[in-house]
Amino acid sequence: MKWDWNAVSDFMPDFWKGLLVTLQALALGSLLSFSLGLVWALLMRTPTRWVRWPVGVVTEFVRNTPLLVQLFFLFYVLPEWGLTFSALATGVFAIGLHYSTYTMQVYRAGIEAVPAGQWEAATALNLPRARTWTAVILPQAIRRVVPALGNYVISMLKDTPLLMVITVLEMLGHARLFSQEHFQFTEPLTVIGVAFILISYLASLLMRALERRLVR
Amino acid sequence: MSADTPLTKEPDASTGTAVAGGELIRLEGVTKRFGTNTVLDDLNFSVEPGKHVTLIGPSGSGKTTILRLLMTLTKPDEGTITVDGQPLFPAPEKQVREVRKKIGMVFQQFNLFPNMSVLRNLTEAPVRVLGLSKDEAEARARELLDLVGLADKCDAKPTRLSGGQQQRVAIARALAMRPQVLLLDEVTSALDPELVAGVLDLLRDIARSTDITMLCVTHEMGFARDISDQVLMFDAGRVIEAGAPEKIFGDPEQERTREFISAVL
Repeated sequence: MKWDWNAVSDFMPDFWKGLLVTLQALALGSLLSFSLGLVWALLMRTPTRWVRWPVGVVTEFVRNTPLLVQLFFLFYVLPEWGLTFSALATGVFAIGLHYSTYTMQVYRAGIEAVPAGQWEAATALNLPRARTWTAVILPQAIRRVVPALGNYVISMLKDTPLLMVITVLEMLGHARLFSQEHFQFTEPLTVIGVAFILISYLASLLMRALERRLVR
Repeated sequence: MSADTPLTKEPDASTGTAVAGGELIRLEGVTKRFGTNTVLDDLNFSVEPGKHVTLIGPSGSGKTTILRLLMTLTKPDEGTITVDGQPLFPAPEKQVREVRKKIGMVFQQFNLFPNMSVLRNLTEAPVRVLGLSKDEAEARARELLDLVGLADKCDAKPTRLSGGQQQRVAIARALAMRPQVLLLDEVTSALDPELVAGVLDLLRDIARSTDITMLCVTHEMGFARDISDQVLMFDAGRVIEAGAPEKIFGDPEQERTREFISAVL
């Protein structure tokens, strides 16, 4: 086995295209999972059982089935029902939905960690329920859960190569195509491996900066 | 304290005068249980407007539960509670909100909102609940912070303050809602000993210079003696003795009261 720098430079144009797609999937998937997860967490706290029960069942189902199966399902079955989206949009939706069932538990823990005294002070001041959530409880809860959410960003990054199976050409997809055309495997796979480490590292720096800003 | 402090009430028909000579707070047959433990046992008492009532007694005798019932933080299992003639239990949510406007509470653990500045702790509810403009609310908040001696801490986060300062902010926050009734739940119990006096002096000032009705759970007997019009001695969920502070602290009728007071003094 020989390392060939020419193969690296040949691969780079494809790599940049794949990187862009990976970052898109990661950013949009994270946003979706963070917001959907919060919606689930809040719905699970409504007093009506008829809201909590279906949300509980659906999220439990999504959390306990493989993301890969969900990708196939959304990509091949939904069009039969007349719902067609681009491969990337389907992938972002699948990742966001799948991980929202994890982030909802993170939010739940964060909300439960806000001391009861905060609710009591809000009641004593007669604050409306919605205002208590948006001004008192959630700002404190979210501040607490940023590190845990950050871990899920890294997990989502590592799951983006799954999008390859629904024809999304992210980094791994491009590396694989390149390898098959040029019979050079080491260089493209190494390049994307290094890229994954760097993105993870940058993402963790970003989350830490966000954490510091929020805690201040 | 001069007569034009921010605490002095404007002449306003909705305050004490409406029930002059009557009762502002009334508890009838109030029973509260936690599991098999009865913390309040068929309790009856009432408070006249402007009076300062101190609740004393051993831990677990139900004193704090009364304040929590009045603040609607918990519900009685039996009995009725009325404030200013309006029932608090049972009552629809909308009416509970109306009644709650008349009541403010200061907690043992301060419970300031750590995500807001000191100033916003004081303006949040006046703006959102009373409908004050931001400027009005801030003016009111600054006056109150001045009153509690923390005018320079407007922009600080509560966690940057000492316990005594936090509790004074919490008192100012409760007063910013201009309540008719102020509930004080062991407000100095969580403070370092050297910070207690400052908070108690502030409360003495407020008791002297305003017509706010006060219900106060405390273990500070000197303070209780100073500010109270009436002292209620609790034991096992019942009021076993009630009277003027001179009577309760000087010559109590019940042996249990005598024991308790000699134990805490």
